[in-house]
Amino acid sequence: MNGEPKGKLALYWAASCGGCEIAVLAINERILDVDALFDIVFWPVAVDAKVHDVEKMADGSIDVCLFNGGIRTSEQEYMARLLRKKSKVLVAFGSCAHEGCIPGLANSTSRRRIFETVYHETPSTENTDHVEPQPSTAVPEGTLHLPVFYDTLRTLDQTVKVDYYLPGCPPEADRIWDAITAIVENNLPPPGSVIGAETTVCQECPRKRNEKKVKKFYRTWEIIPDEETCLLEQGLLCCGIATRAGCGARCPQVGSPCIGCYGPNEGIHDHGARMMAALASTIDSNDPEEIDRIIRDGIPDPVGSFYRFGLAASHLRRKKEAMIET
Amino acid sequence: MITSDETLRIGVYVCHCGSNIAGTVDVEALTKFAEGLPHVALARHYKYMCSDPGQELVKRDIVEFGLNRIVVAACSPNLHEATFRRAAEDAGLNRFLVQIANIREQVAWVTEDRQEALEKAESHLGAAVRRVARHVPLQRQFVRIVPRAMVVGGGIAGIQAALTLAEAGREVILVEREPSIGGHMAMFDKTFPTLDCAACILTPKMTAVKLHPNIKLLTYSTVESVEGSVGNFRIKVKRKPRYIDESLCVGCMQCIDGCAFTRAKFPNAFDQGLGLRKPVWIPFPQAVPPVPVVDPEVCLQIARGKCKQGCVEACGERNAFRFDQQERIEEYEVGAVVVATGFHAFDPSVISYYGYGKYPNVYTSLEVERLLNAGGPTSGKLVLRDGSTPKRVGIIHCVGSRDANYHAYCSRVCCMYALKLAHLVREKTEAEVYNCYIDIRAAGKGFEEFYNRVQNEGVQFVRGKVADITPAAGQGTSAEGGLVMKVDDTLLGSIREINVDMVILAVALEPQADANQVRRTFGISCSAEGFFLEKHPKLAPVNTANDGVLVAGACQGAKDIPDTVAQADAAAAKALALIDAGQIELEPNTAWIEEDICSGCKTCINLCPYQAIRADEERKIAVVDPALCKGCGTCVAACPSGAARQHLFGDEQISEELEGLMNYV
Ligand SMILES: Cc1cc2nc3c(=O)[nH]c(=O)nc-3n(C[C@H](O)[C@H](O)[C@H](O)COP(=O)(O)OP(=O)(O)OC[C@H]3O[C@@H](n4cnc5c(N)ncnc54)[C@H](O)[C@@H]3O)c2cc1C
Ligand code: SF4
Ligand code: SF4
Ligand code: SF4
Repeated sequence: MNGEPKGKLALYWAASCGGCEIAVLAINERILDVDALFDIVFWPVAVDAKVHDVEKMADGSIDVCLFNGGIRTSEQEYMARLLRKKSKVLVAFGSCAHEGCIPGLANSTSRRRIFETVYHETPSTENTDHVEPQPSTAVPEGTLHLPVFYDTLRTLDQTVKVDYYLPGCPPEADRIWDAITAIVENNLPPPGSVIGAETTVCQECPRKRNEKKVKKFYRTWEIIPDEETCLLEQGLLCCGIATRAGCGARCPQVGSPCIGCYGPNEGIHDHGARMMAALASTIDSNDPEEIDRIIRDGIPDPVGSFYRFGLAASHLRRKKEAMIET
Repeated sequence: MITSDETLRIGVYVCHCGSNIAGTVDVEALTKFAEGLPHVALARHYKYMCSDPGQELVKRDIVEFGLNRIVVAACSPNLHEATFRRAAEDAGLNRFLVQIANIREQVAWVTEDRQEALEKAESHLGAAVRRVARHVPLQRQFVRIVPRAMVVGGGIAGIQAALTLAEAGREVILVEREPSIGGHMAMFDKTFPTLDCAACILTPKMTAVKLHPNIKLLTYSTVESVEGSVGNFRIKVKRKPRYIDESLCVGCMQCIDGCAFTRAKFPNAFDQGLGLRKPVWIPFPQAVPPVPVVDPEVCLQIARGKCKQGCVEACGERNAFRFDQQERIEEYEVGAVVVATGFHAFDPSVISYYGYGKYPNVYTSLEVERLLNAGGPTSGKLVLRDGSTPKRVGIIHCVGSRDANYHAYCSRVCCMYALKLAHLVREKTEAEVYNCYIDIRAAGKGFEEFYNRVQNEGVQFVRGKVADITPAAGQGTSAEGGLVMKVDDTLLGSIREINVDMVILAVALEPQADANQVRRTFGISCSAEGFFLEKHPKLAPVNTANDGVLVAGACQGAKDIPDTVAQADAAAAKALALIDAGQIELEPNTAWIEEDICSGCKTCINLCPYQAIRADEERKIAVVDPALCKGCGTCVAACPSGAARQHLFGDEQISEELEGLMNYV
């Protein structure tokens, strides 16, 4: 690669927590290799380049854009479209861009409810004038603009075409490095692919498994699981069975059930539905009432348990306005 | 291999099914619609697609127009999917590139409005076209069939089926729950309508079973579990301990004489409790095998560990006693099973106004069969509880049958056996006999003639339902007590009170008490009244929902001996045809595990109703045995990682079909 002109790399952060930005740094000293291979042309968190600089670039002039975060505001949508136009390869980086992640869970409520909570209801809020952010506000000096806050969070590929996906909340450092290596060595899978494993977390999990039969589900604080047996068999809602491998089964290895951040396995569209179908089959009872009780007592928040990362990308996408409590 | 879209050439055939479809669905418009669908190279409609010329049409077009997918919009795939698959294959196309759109049962027959019918048919057809585009060629798979059959239940049905199979040269395992085969027929003295002696026709068959080299007889045994499927069942049989080694016993019955109990004092169930037996006993003299059983509940040696063991002494150097025998499980591999577990006689004590169990001289028909039987508890003498001979006998038909409170169905044999009993009672006692009936059902061969004969013999027929049985005035409920039958005689139009000293209840035939459990073990269904359900009442009367499991005799519905025997032979013939085929084609829609994707989570393992999946511990993946998989799709739906897949039911095929359905509604 020596002597070849450096590639151009952009990174962007939309509706996400910022963890993905940190995750890029978790590749440690290899970040220097990245710097040697790429000119970082845009990375608001670390590099002083502005949006108008990007706007001036020729279309397709950025080689790779790692885009993290979902699309919740008009500004994020604008940036997604802009970076799509300017980049040869657009990577949905991390769970938020990939499938909506925690911000996408807010699709189980509405903009109206979110604003009510955030600007009026929280105990620490004092907002006697009932001020809420407006897209445009007239002030003596002129009109002020804020991005429009959408009712529904969309994933990156529900907004623009995405070339690759790097799953994880956040993606594991080694997987990020695998992806960078694949890009540099031009060893990428067909466009549209998820860069990662084609099996699930259980494969990487050292816990011993038997045939699954669950009589009762526990919340994580209710039991101390034994160290050897599969957590799901012990009644902890481990999503490892339905979640793409790649993390090295970090959580289950330390006794904490997989919460599913790597999303569904290859070829599966609806992570939560898969997880539910599998669990439905492992509940050890034939009595409808008992089954109801096992589910009700053990899984009080099904959406949060099964769609924690994938609600926005799932078949469900969002809750109907009419069903949202006021 | 998915044919790339450009090369897809789909042929669509819309069947009129005479006027069955064309009468409701505008087949011409539907054909026009098909022509407009993506990748459809040609669409035709024809009067009867399943006819030879209809099939020829498909074959010719495949060759002439290079069609590589076929959709037939016709009747249910249950009827003619195989027909059109074969036609496609004859023309050189892989048979699994054919899809049926069911526009008869699902559209024409259930839709009145022509416009609606057309729209529905369009959506079904559109779905089939989109689905078939995603079909891939599949190989037909075959498995070897175990050339052996099992018959469960050793009544006349089981005996007949076993003998027919054995005579055809096939190995048969006959499993009977009781200590002896014979079933209900062994209890009777004579059989209607010919009045031949039951033992004379049954005993030779029972002996033939015992002697036949191809029959392995397992009495005092039940089926514990059934694994596998048609052609390859693995069946576990539970064998209760007899405490006597069958291979050493010579059937001399000297142990019974030698038993520490000098007198029989325990009720013999075979005699309906009317006769008594010892702890070591045999249900009836002609029992097969002629090997006694020891009742562990009352045998002093087994129950209390203390007895001078006169039986063992009597057995002497034959040395057949084994007090330490344990229940054991034996496993058998068979290709087909005939279930012939028979019926249970209705317990009339639940009908309080007949006083069964309250008035000693109210009997069930089965009890009277035993009393009349020369080998029974009274050596064939019909007597009341006090030993006296009855002088006036009432026989009540339809007890528990044709009665919404008990069984709504007609038990079919009660009228005839009630006539038989009337005849036998008169023959043996010259008593006055009153048969109280609702209608006489005498529809079988020789039945009406038999009815006439019994009428001419002087039996009194009273048309009416007996409303009540009470003790004759002042006689209490004592054994000697006479009884009064109160009956609404619908021919006379008045309520009659008939004095009798014996009442015989012609009880219904009902499913065995454990029928539901047996049904589950064998994976078959029951009809509403609880008898085992045949696959089709007219076209597959001995087959069941579980391929390779056949039914025969009274377990499938109340019937007489001639019908039972005919059905048993039919079941044997079906079993024979199956196990003689040598191999059997597997369902194409079996599941398989995409090995790279499977994480070995074991979610699927114990879900498979056919035990077709096992965990390969070494490779840490699940493996499906295609010979056992029935393509139910349970594992496919449950697999959280999407590793379990199914031929003909891939996600893509299903989604395309759904999209197709939705597009045109
Ligand atoms: C009172 C009465 C009189 C009758 N008289 C006549 C007559 O004169 N002429 C006539 O044609 N018909 C007559 N019938 C009808 C006749 O009894 C039946 O047609 C015949 O017995 C049906 O035979 P089967 O083998 O199907 O059932 P069954 O005779 O009931 O035999 C079933 C056998 O299966 C065994 N079995 C049950 N469950 C299991 C299990 N789980 N595992 C293993 N073995 C099991 C039983 O022990 C039994 O040996 C009469 C019926 C009754 C009630
Ligand atoms: S603990 Fe979780 S990840 Fe590990 S084997 Fe069980 S289900 Fe799979
Ligand atoms: S589809 Fe799966 S669950 Fe159903 S029979 Fe086959 S292996 Fe068993
Ligand atoms: S459920 Fe799926 S991933 Fe789990 S063991 Fe079965 S086939 Fe493999």
